[in-house]
Parts: sequence; C-alpha cells; structure tokens
Amino acid sequence: MDTEAIVQLFVSGFWGTVKLASWTFVFSMLLGTLLGIMRISPIPVLRGAAGAYVTIMRNTPSTLVLFFCAFGLPYLDVKFGDDTATRSFIYAVIGLSCYTAAFISEAIRSGFATIPIGQAEAARSIGLTFSQSVTLVILPQAIRAVVPPIANHVIAMVKNTSIASAFNNKELISAMRNAVEIRGDLVLTLLVATAGAYLILTLSLGWLASVLERKMAVKR
Amino acid sequence: MSDLSALYEAPGPLGRRRNRIISVLVWAGLAALLGYVLYRFQVTGQLAPEKWTPFLYGDIQKVLFEGLLNTLKSALLGSVLAIGIGIIFALMRLSERRLLRVIATACIEFFRGLPVLLIMFAIYMMFDVSAFIAVVGGLALFNGMVLAEIIRAGILAVPRGQREAGLSIGLGSFRTMWLILLPQAFRTMLPTIISQVIVLLKDSALGYIVSFHELVYAVNQVGRAYHNLLPTFIVGAAIFIVINLGVNAFAVWLERRLATSRR
Repeated sequence: MDTEAIVQLFVSGFWGTVKLASWTFVFSMLLGTLLGIMRISPIPVLRGAAGAYVTIMRNTPSTLVLFFCAFGLPYLDVKFGDDTATRSFIYAVIGLSCYTAAFISEAIRSGFATIPIGQAEAARSIGLTFSQSVTLVILPQAIRAVVPPIANHVIAMVKNTSIASAFNNKELISAMRNAVEIRGDLVLTLLVATAGAYLILTLSLGWLASVLERKMAVKR
Repeated sequence: MSDLSALYEAPGPLGRRRNRIISVLVWAGLAALLGYVLYRFQVTGQLAPEKWTPFLYGDIQKVLFEGLLNTLKSALLGSVLAIGIGIIFALMRLSERRLLRVIATACIEFFRGLPVLLIMFAIYMMFDVSAFIAVVGGLALFNGMVLAEIIRAGILAVPRGQREAGLSIGLGSFRTMWLILLPQAFRTMLPTIISQVIVLLKDSALGYIVSFHELVYAVNQVGRAYHNLLPTFIVGAAIFIVINLGVNAFAVWLERRLATSRR
C-alpha cells in the first residue's frame, strides 16, 4: 500500500515539475526574446532598461528571486488564483520566468553577434526597416545559432524548478521529501528514483537540443 | 555582427525626432511602471519608515553579517573543492586509460543533470552531516563537474606543440600535464572559471532550503521578526548583487592583466 502511495506521489511530482517547467519555458522565451531585441534597439533607453534588468537578475540568486515572488508579492497584494496551490504555482512560474528570461536574452544577444554584418547590410539595402530586418532576417538566423546556449539555460531552468519545493509546490523534490516521511528506511531508493526522474528530463532535453541544433544549423 | 549600427542608419532630422519621441515615451513608461510599483509598496504600507529603520539597528546588521559570512564561507570552500574536483575529473577524462575516461564521463553527465538542491539533500539525508557540509558538498560536486568540462576544453585548446615539447625534454605524460598544459589551460579558462564561481556563489543561497544559516536564511529571520520581509528581501538582493559585481569586476581586471602580461 505504501509503495502505491509513493509511486503516485512521484508521478504527480514528475507531472508537477513538467508543468512548471513548460509554463516557465513559454514565458521566459517570450520575455527573453523581447529583452534581447530591446538590447540591440536604436533607442538608448530601451537598451539601458533591458541591460539593467539583466544585470540585476543575473547577479541575484534564483532562490532569492523565487522567494521574493512567493513571499514578497503577497505583501503587495499581488495575488492570482483562488487556492494556495494555484497561487504558489503562479508565483513559481513568475519568479522562474523572470530569472530565466535574463539568461535567454543574453544568449539571444550573443546569437546576434554570430551573424555576418553583411546580412544586416543586405536587409537594410533592400529597404527593410529596422523592425523588418530584425524580425525577417536577423532573428530567424540568430535563433538557430543560439539553440545550444538556450538549451543549456532551459535545462538549468528545469533543475531550478526544484527551488519551488520550498513553498508548497507539488514537484519532484517535495514528492521525495514526502515519500521519505512515509518510508524513512527507503531513503537511498527514493533519492535514486528522484535523481533518475531528473536525469530523464535533463538528458532527454539535451538530446532534443542536439537534434534541433543539427536540424537548424545554418549552412554557409 | 558585433557592430549593430548596420541595422539602422544614422537618423536624419525626422528620425531623430521620432527617436526622441520614442525615448520620451519609453522614459514615461518606465517612470509609470516604477511609480506603480512604488504605489503598490505605498498602499500596502511597505514604504513606512518602521519597515526600513530596523536596518540601522546593530543586532539586525549583525544577523545579516553573520549570514553573509556563512554564505561566503560555504562559497569559498565550495569553490576550492570544486576546482580540485574539476582538475581531477578533467585529467581523468583526458587519461589514456579507457576505464578512467568512462568513469569520469559517467560522473560528469550524472551530476550535471541533477539539481544542486537534490545533491545537497542527498548528502544531508545519507551521511548525517551538518547542513554546512551538505551545502559545500553539493556546490563542490555539481560545479566541480561543470568545471571539469571547462578545464578539459582549456587543456585541449593549448597548442599541440606544448605537449610535444614537454614530452621531448623528458617529462613524463603526467608531469607534462601538470607543469605545462594545466597552468596554461587554467590561464585561458580563468574568466569562465570565475563566472562559474559566481554561479556557485548564487547557488549557495539554496542552503536556506536545507536550513543552513546563510544570507537568505538571515534575511528571512530578520524579515519575519520585524515584519519587513519585503524590504529585507530587497536589501538581501542588493548585498548579493554588490558581491557578484565585485567578483565580476575582479574577473575583468584579471583578464586584462593576463592579456597584457602575455604580450
């Protein structure tokens, strides 16, 4: 009976981690791309604002960013959802997305650096505007060049979801801690199972990234 | 494309005016955003003086300082151990013995795929050690494996002639590695190694979750005692940012110094 309960705990924990990581992936990619574009825009204020955001986020521990969202935002009366579970989930998504977006924007910016300057000149000379040349010519190529670094940040993000266990989110680490409370004698097995679950996620993402990288590589 | 100016020509009178208008709008937007955040702080009473004056008290400063000291202690010990582990596993991966290579590759892939938090919990639960050891161990194992890959790349980037020269003057393969290749690899990889140390320093904040009394723990303690959690979070974040920017500035200085001394 214990075994069944523990397996169920782990399945829901695994699902929780996947759900948290997926939502965070979507939002951090959106915010990260926006910040990346801001950092190369012709308007100094936009560049400065995005740069300041990235500096702050990159130098603050992810733990602190997440705790700020989970414990700090309620003080500001920023609340979403009806029950505590949804609320902590949304705080976790916000915190992780804000944190990861800074790294993704850096990766995208470094992707711009790999594109030959002729591409931008060509786009400009056939009369495309700034936004057209960025969205039609530069960004599609930059995204391809940045698949490996972005994949690394996404894998790091998946591992960072473990921090959300500290404020009652259902994910793998909290599943493990609950399971240890049920069956204290199985610590080693439970640890190995948790490690295995994370490895399944991270190694398969790494494999996916290498496939994507090969498929999307720009031939020059 | 490091020169981004190709994306837009030097603006003419019309473009300058447009840019100026957009700048003003952006400034206004940013100001509005900041104003709204401050407004939220204000209406929820987070700007009240009694939330911020506690930072002037000696005992709060002492608690925060002790937390900071513990953070730095764990990060420093963690970095030293991580660099040691990194060197050992990099050498194992480059070894001529297949068995050593396989073991090292397996360890590196294994630990790099795990959250640092899980490694800390594992050490804490399995070996009945203090939270400090668990934190240092977790930081050292994970970052050591990352550093192993960095150092290996550095060793492979040293020109081949260096190794051949070392072997031909009669140094053994280990002494060639230790005396000739590794110091040069270390030098080229120093900026990357330091940025990994910053990652390690930030990850030491995970120690809070395994109840190690570091800076985030102290922040939480102060914030709960004086009912000013939000202001303390901001102060805590500022401390981390200052330290990390300091380490970063050191890395930039070191890089420049190494670049000039090599010339």
